[in-house]
Amino acid sequence: MNKENLIQYIYSIADNSLILGQRMSELCGHGPSLETDIACTNMALDLLGQTRSYYQYVATLLGEGKTEDDVAYLRTEREYKNVLLVEQPNTHFGYVIARQFFYDTFHLLLLEKLQFSTDETLAAIAKKGIKEVSYHKRFSSDWIKRLGDGTAESHQKIQEAITDLWAYTGELFDMLPEDQEAVEAGIGVDVTTLKEKYQEQIKNVLDEATLSVPELQWFQRGGKQGIHSEHMGFLLADLQYMQRTYPNMKW
Amino acid sequence: MSEKEIKSLEEIFEQRIARDEKIEPKDWMPEKYRKTHIRQISQHAHSEIVGMLPEGNWITRAPSLRRKVALLAKVQDEAGHGLYLYSACETLGISRDELYEQLHTGKAKYSSIFNYPTLTWADIGAIGWLVDGAAIINQVPLCNTSYGPYARAMVRVCKEESFHQRQGYEIMLKLAKGTPEQKAMAQDALNRWWWPSLMMFGPTDAESVHTAQSMKWKLKRKTNDELRQQFIDQTIPQAELIGLTVPDPDLKWNEERKSYDFGPIDWDEFWRVVKGHGPCNKQRLSARVNAWNNGEWVRDAAMAYAEKQQDKKTKKAV
Repeated sequence: MNKENLIQYIYSIADNSLILGQRMSELCGHGPSLETDIACTNMALDLLGQTRSYYQYVATLLGEGKTEDDVAYLRTEREYKNVLLVEQPNTHFGYVIARQFFYDTFHLLLLEKLQFSTDETLAAIAKKGIKEVSYHKRFSSDWIKRLGDGTAESHQKIQEAITDLWAYTGELFDMLPEDQEAVEAGIGVDVTTLKEKYQEQIKNVLDEATLSVPELQWFQRGGKQGIHSEHMGFLLADLQYMQRTYPNMKW
Repeated sequence: MSEKEIKSLEEIFEQRIARDEKIEPKDWMPEKYRKTHIRQISQHAHSEIVGMLPEGNWITRAPSLRRKVALLAKVQDEAGHGLYLYSACETLGISRDELYEQLHTGKAKYSSIFNYPTLTWADIGAIGWLVDGAAIINQVPLCNTSYGPYARAMVRVCKEESFHQRQGYEIMLKLAKGTPEQKAMAQDALNRWWWPSLMMFGPTDAESVHTAQSMKWKLKRKTNDELRQQFIDQTIPQAELIGLTVPDPDLKWNEERKSYDFGPIDWDEFWRVVKGHGPCNKQRLSARVNAWNNGEWVRDAAMAYAEKQQDKKTKKAV
């Protein structure tokens, strides 16, 4: 597959880790308890670590002395390929957990397939990520159960988050032309094949948590094409602040 | 217990400390020893937790991925320090919730340095270099303090702090060797953090109320002024090495003392910040109170869920 499309394919995976990592890192120091604060920071660290591996790979593909930071910081909003789900704000801890749970469940299924990619670098990153993401999924699933089957207030709050964020999960299974090309080259994962398992796993956890799976007529999409929600610009304004204000400097 | 019996217990206790024996949670200890330790350890724990805020302020804006990850990990270490210091404090018969309550109501203090704002990326370097540097000088002697759980917690804390200090200095080094804007940013941060860092060692010996007792219990090995001098002597060459200048016109090497003489510290500012009028006292405290209040429903849910799970287990067993 050609280099430009391979890079686009990597963005569609890696940008999720960057943007979710950035969202999780906003919480550091503000968590509901010291223990959850530390756990959320751990997940942010894992996600940003994965991001760096992917972007270092992209930088070598780009050549011309590009670095992971050029890739992370110097694209315009339309050039980020993350799904809408991961850019959604930390409205309250229920949203943090629901967003994480929806993404972790997908993420693990994805990496379990990506580890067999014919692209050795991607396969290695995926293999390393599986351990981390299994932990994330356990953490977020456990919290879904605690909040769902905790108090009346927590039940209502987590159900609200689940219902709101569910609309952003459909996009996870969309295939773009470069995704299709990556699948045909043996490099990428056909995400449409993950959907059934995903929905089953989500349903099992929600059932155990006494929560209901939202019934929806319409799923929001666009992130994968770089058409983001209004939250994204503010997230990038923070993320890119230093690189944009002080261009071409080393930190 | 008669007064005489207490007196003899106290004597045995002081002798144990003099012999460098560790005092453990179940050992008898004078009430004043317990209270002093609760005050100091909790103040230390609170400082770690409040200290997460000024640095946390730059996590989302860190200039590179490498710096972002390092800063996140550093702030997370501070949460970890808070965790084991609160645990050490709990062994003295007070709960974490009570300790939080003292922080949130303003009854307990935390290090005043965290009431200053972090305005540029260079502040993250300055905090690591100066604030963690000063903290290490204050804390290393505590690895041998008399209360066992505190001493053991401090061994871990100090190891990580010295890593943070090197990391902070490395941020400053990079800026100082960078473009004129970067160098100016570094110098500006040093200008703003230098005096507050010197204040971290507390009032001068003549004004310090707890020193004598704390020395006896090995909560302190050197006086505030001795530690402050040690910090200055250690830090000036580091500043010179990277071409930055400490904002003190009176600073001068004293050949006779083999130490630096330095200008007067603005103790009015120190007491003003301690009393709550620093630039960020209100913001820091309300950030902690908000996190706690907003998290209440989450903690309640975890508790309720755990109880339900326990009930299920008990029913199964029956």
